[in-house]
Amino acid sequence: MSEGSWFNRRGWRDIIIAGPYVWLVLFFLLPFIIVVVMSIAKSVTASPPFAFLSEFPFAYVDNYARLWSKSLYVRAFFISLWNAGVATVLCLLVGYPMALGLTRVNKSLQRLLLMLVVLPFWTSFLLRVYAWMGLMGRNSWFNRLLTEIHNLLTPASWHWDGIQIMNTNFAVVLVMVYSYLPFMVLPLYANLEKLDRTLDEAAMDLGSRPWQVFKDVTLPLSIPGIIAGGLLVFIPASGELVIPSLVGNVSDPMIGYVISQEFGSNHDWPMASSIAVALLLILVVPLMAYSHFEARAQAGPEK
Amino acid sequence: MPEPSSPSFISIRGVTKKFSDFIAVNDVSLDIGKGELFALLGGSGCGKTTLLRMLAGFEQPSAGQIFIDGQDMAGVPPYERPVNMMFQSYALFPHMTVEKNVGYGLKHENLNPAQRKDRVKEMLDLVQLTHLAGRKPHQLSGGQRQRVALARSLAKQPKLLLLDEPLGALDKKLREHTQFEIANIQYKTGITFVVVTHDQEEAMTLASRIAVMDRGIIKQIGTPKEVYEYPNCKFVASFIGSANMFEAEVQGAEDGHTQVHVPQLGSKLVAKGNGFAAGSKISCAFRPEKILISRERPADARNVIKGVVQDFGYFGKDSLYRVKLPTGTIINVNTVNAERHGDKENVATWEDEVYLTLDPKSVMLFDGAS
Repeated sequence: MSEGSWFNRRGWRDIIIAGPYVWLVLFFLLPFIIVVVMSIAKSVTASPPFAFLSEFPFAYVDNYARLWSKSLYVRAFFISLWNAGVATVLCLLVGYPMALGLTRVNKSLQRLLLMLVVLPFWTSFLLRVYAWMGLMGRNSWFNRLLTEIHNLLTPASWHWDGIQIMNTNFAVVLVMVYSYLPFMVLPLYANLEKLDRTLDEAAMDLGSRPWQVFKDVTLPLSIPGIIAGGLLVFIPASGELVIPSLVGNVSDPMIGYVISQEFGSNHDWPMASSIAVALLLILVVPLMAYSHFEARAQAGPEK
Repeated sequence: MPEPSSPSFISIRGVTKKFSDFIAVNDVSLDIGKGELFALLGGSGCGKTTLLRMLAGFEQPSAGQIFIDGQDMAGVPPYERPVNMMFQSYALFPHMTVEKNVGYGLKHENLNPAQRKDRVKEMLDLVQLTHLAGRKPHQLSGGQRQRVALARSLAKQPKLLLLDEPLGALDKKLREHTQFEIANIQYKTGITFVVVTHDQEEAMTLASRIAVMDRGIIKQIGTPKEVYEYPNCKFVASFIGSANMFEAEVQGAEDGHTQVHVPQLGSKLVAKGNGFAAGSKISCAFRPEKILISRERPADARNVIKGVVQDFGYFGKDSLYRVKLPTGTIINVNTVNAERHGDKENVATWEDEVYLTLDPKSVMLFDGAS
C-alpha cells in the first residue's frame, strides 16, 4: 500500500459509503414510492387489487378524504399518538433516572448495568410479550396477587374477582414502555455520559444545591438526549402493530392494526397505503419543523 | 480540638487527603493572609489541585482542618462556602450567554433584578467583555472565555478566589498580558487569591508568596525571590528555574565560607555559608545565569573551572553554552545578550576553550538527603 490506509483509497471508500445508500434506496425509498403511488389508486376487486384512473387527473384522492371523514381512522390516529405519547413520557420518567444513575456508578458496575439494559434483546420479542400476557391474564398468580391486595385494603362491597388488565389500552402502554425502555435509556446515557462533570461542580461552586444543579445544568444539556430517546420510542410506538394486536382492545385499535386490517382482511391496498402515508407525514412534518427551528436557534448570537 | 489560634485568613492545619492507598496531600499546614495572591506550585500529581479542591469543598480532608476567615470548613458543602473557583477548563455553561454565565451565582444572592444586572455589568466591565454579553461560550476565543470564567467567579464577591491553572490554556503572548491583568484585578478587588499552577514563571509573576509542593508535601514557602535565590532543598532548586547540580563533599569552613570538593567538576568550590560538618556528603548547585564565562582566565577569582564549548545556542535575548569539562561533565551557562553585537564579539563559540567563574555567593549547598 503506497499511501494511506485501504479505506482512504478512493474506490473502496466510495463503495463502502455507497453501501448504506443503496440499501436505503432499494429497501426504503423505492417501497415508499410504491406506497405513495398506491395510495392514489382505486381499490378494485382484481389482482392486484388496485387500479389508477384512466383519465385526468389519474390520481384518486378519495382515500385521503376518507381518512378525515371516517371516525374509525381519526380515532385510531388519536389512540396511536396518545398511547405512543404516554409510553414516551413514561419511558422518559423511568429511563432518565436509570441513565443518570448509569453515569454515576463505577466502571465495572456500569458495564454490568448496561448489559442488563440490553439483555432483554437476547430473547425473542414475541416471547417477552407472551410472558406479559401470562402475567396480566385474570387467572395468573400476578393478577390474583394484585386482586388479593386490593381486596385486603378495601371494604367487601368493592371487592373484585380479578383485574381486567389484558385487552386494555393500559396493557398496550405498559408493554410498550417495557419494550421500548432501552431505546430511551441508551441515547440518554450516551448524552449524559459525555456531559462535562466540572459544569456541575461550577454550578455548585456558585451556590447551587444538587437539585438546582440538575435543573440548571444537567437537564437543559440533556435535551438532545431526551429528544433522541423520545423519537426512538415515539416513532415506532405510534406505528406499533404487534403489541396492540396481542394485548390491546379491538374496539380501541391503534393505527398499525388498522393498516394491517385494510391490507389483510379488507384487501383495500390503496386505503392502507394512504393511512401509512398520512402517519408518516404526521410524524415527519413536526420533526422537520423542529430541526429547522433548532438550526436557526443554533446559528448567530442571541441578542 | 485545636483552636484556630492563627490570625491568618486561611488556615490549613495538618491536612491530609488519601484516595484509597494513595496519599495526595500529606499533613500540610499553611497560612494565607487576607488579600494575598498565593500560589501553589508543583508538578502534576503533587497534590496542589487536591488541596485547592479541599478549599473549594469538592473534597473533604481525610485528616486535619481548614479554616476560612475563622470558620471551620469541615462538612460545609461547596455551595455554602464563601469561596469561588475559576476552573482550569473554565467550565462555562455552554447553554447560557456570557451575561447569564456571569450572573448565574447571583441567583442565590439576596439581590433584586436591577442590582443583579448592575453587578453583572460591573464584572463584564472589569474584564472588558461588555460588548460580548449576548454571546454563547462557543462563540468566544480562548482568552475571552478565560475572562468570562474570571468574571463569573468574581461576581459573588467571594472571600477567597481559587484559580486552577488560570493561564494554562492561553498562548504565550496572551499569558503575559493576562497574568498582569489577574494581578491587577486582585489588587483592585482585594480578594484573597489562591492560584494553582505547574508553571514557575506564572507563579513568580502572579504571586506574592509561593508554596512549592512535591508528592503531597510543601517543600518551601516564600516570596518568588526567596524560592528562586534561596531554595531550601534540591527539589526546589531544580524545580524552579534550572540548576547545575552535583554531589559534593565538605572539606572545611572558614570565615563564613564552606569549601567543598566536587568530583564531577574535578575541582574544589568555595560557597558562602556554613553549617555543614567536614566530610559530609552534600549537594552543590549553581544556576546557569550566575556563571561568568570568559576566554581569558580571570585574575584573582576563587572558583574558576576550565572547559570547552561543546554546544552553543543563540535565543535572542540570551545565549546558552554547554561547556564540557575535562571530567566529561557538561555545565549549562546562560548569558544575557545585553549588547547588540555580531559574531566576532560573541564570548565564545564551538570548540573554544573557556573559563567559568562562580561567585561563592552563587554556589548553593543542600543536604544530600533531601
